[in-house]
Amino acid sequence: MNSVVNAMPDAFKSQYFDLEDVGDAQEFYHSRGWTDGFPIVPPTPQAVQACLDWVLMPANEIIGIEPVRERAITAEKLAINAVMAGCLPAHFPVVVAAMMAMLKEEFLLHGTTASTGGCAILVILNGSIRKEIGSRSDFNVLGSSDRATSVIGRAIRLALINILQVSPGAIDRSTLGHPGKISYCIAEDEEGSDWPSLAESRDIPKDASAVTVLAACAPRQIMNEWTSKPEEILDTYAAEMRANMRNYSIWSGNYAVVMAPQHREHMRAAGWGRKEIANYLFEKARVRRSEWSTVGKGSVIRDKGDTEYCALPSPDHLLLIAAGGPAGGFGAIIPPWLGTKSRAVTAAIGACIDCEPPSQSK
Amino acid sequence: MTIRVLNPTSEALVDTMKPAPRLTSLAGKTVGLISNGKEGTAGFFAHVDRLLRDRYQVAKVVLRTKSNYSAPAEDEIIDEARNWDLAISGLGD
Repeated sequence: MNSVVNAMPDAFKSQYFDLEDVGDAQEFYHSRGWTDGFPIVPPTPQAVQACLDWVLMPANEIIGIEPVRERAITAEKLAINAVMAGCLPAHFPVVVAAMMAMLKEEFLLHGTTASTGGCAILVILNGSIRKEIGSRSDFNVLGSSDRATSVIGRAIRLALINILQVSPGAIDRSTLGHPGKISYCIAEDEEGSDWPSLAESRDIPKDASAVTVLAACAPRQIMNEWTSKPEEILDTYAAEMRANMRNYSIWSGNYAVVMAPQHREHMRAAGWGRKEIANYLFEKARVRRSEWSTVGKGSVIRDKGDTEYCALPSPDHLLLIAAGGPAGGFGAIIPPWLGTKSRAVTAAIGACIDCEPPSQSK
Repeated sequence: MTIRVLNPTSEALVDTMKPAPRLTSLAGKTVGLISNGKEGTAGFFAHVDRLLRDRYQVAKVVLRTKSNYSAPAEDEIIDEARNWDLAISGLGD
């Protein structure tokens, strides 16, 4: 392997390497700990520039600053990692918006990524960009449902690894982690739902595309195909939320609920929308501290056995997401990392107060 | 034919912080303990407190606890730490 190390002479600030071929690049990046273990797309200056052109950002634009360790993230570094993840230029605006949202102070990015708790960053897409980039919201939505969501989620992970040193054993101190830490991005099924979109319910204008980011545990799948009553269906979701509160973390926060079409159809038929569902789960997803005695945690109940804990601080903390394949009475709850220590953030894509197209020479 | 590729890491990281001067002795010093507040910290820091006083003749041990164990210490704790000879930050996991 012959590599030549240099600084880029033009707009880019990054070191560059001249390598023999794509195969050489794989080993070069893997051997330096710059990947997640999967093959990467070599980040050539041309591919990186194409991403930057798509979002009209100069290479040195500051996407944001991680507030705890005070690390700046430039558009150039984020684009390099996006290319490596397999992103096309059209995917890059989502990656930028997600990273901007993650850098909001209330998200507590450093805490979420350093914690032994092992959460991943769940990215939820809304708006017309879902269709423009070819994302899907139906079959296998929490798995590898489509190219766009797979590479966007991966871009977030690679950016954390390479720009913020969130690699296992470095900043990332996760005891277990979960598979969402490879890629954790879904698009909401707005066309298949009567509800306002998740983003709209979180004050994003209807016509805007948006991302919502959540420091999230692994999905916990539920099944109930034996009733059409909203209350009974939601009792299953609430039971899973309570189980999480007993077995993992009792603290209230932003719980995501992914509801597939079969359950949504029952909700629609009964006239239940976002508000009714959130209100019901707010009331039902509660445990008393004394319940810890049933799961081996009796030693920390102390004198608070009668204290009631609610999964949601208020109904509007529920992130209800319409997604999933057409058949099956399935859904999932996705618990927050740790109560309200990190709060979900929703941000419009492409919203920028100082973005102007670069001057065009004719 | 070669391909040119870019470094994905932050690169700009430089070691801008220097460690505080090392103490030659703890005798008669003030030591601050910054706890993350988790369940296991109470016993752990009580033990450290005893060791510091009994074995190293530390004059004063100050225990301060962060309000959020996943976030940095509050400014008040950092400000107070300027008056300590030594600070120990610990986890209760």
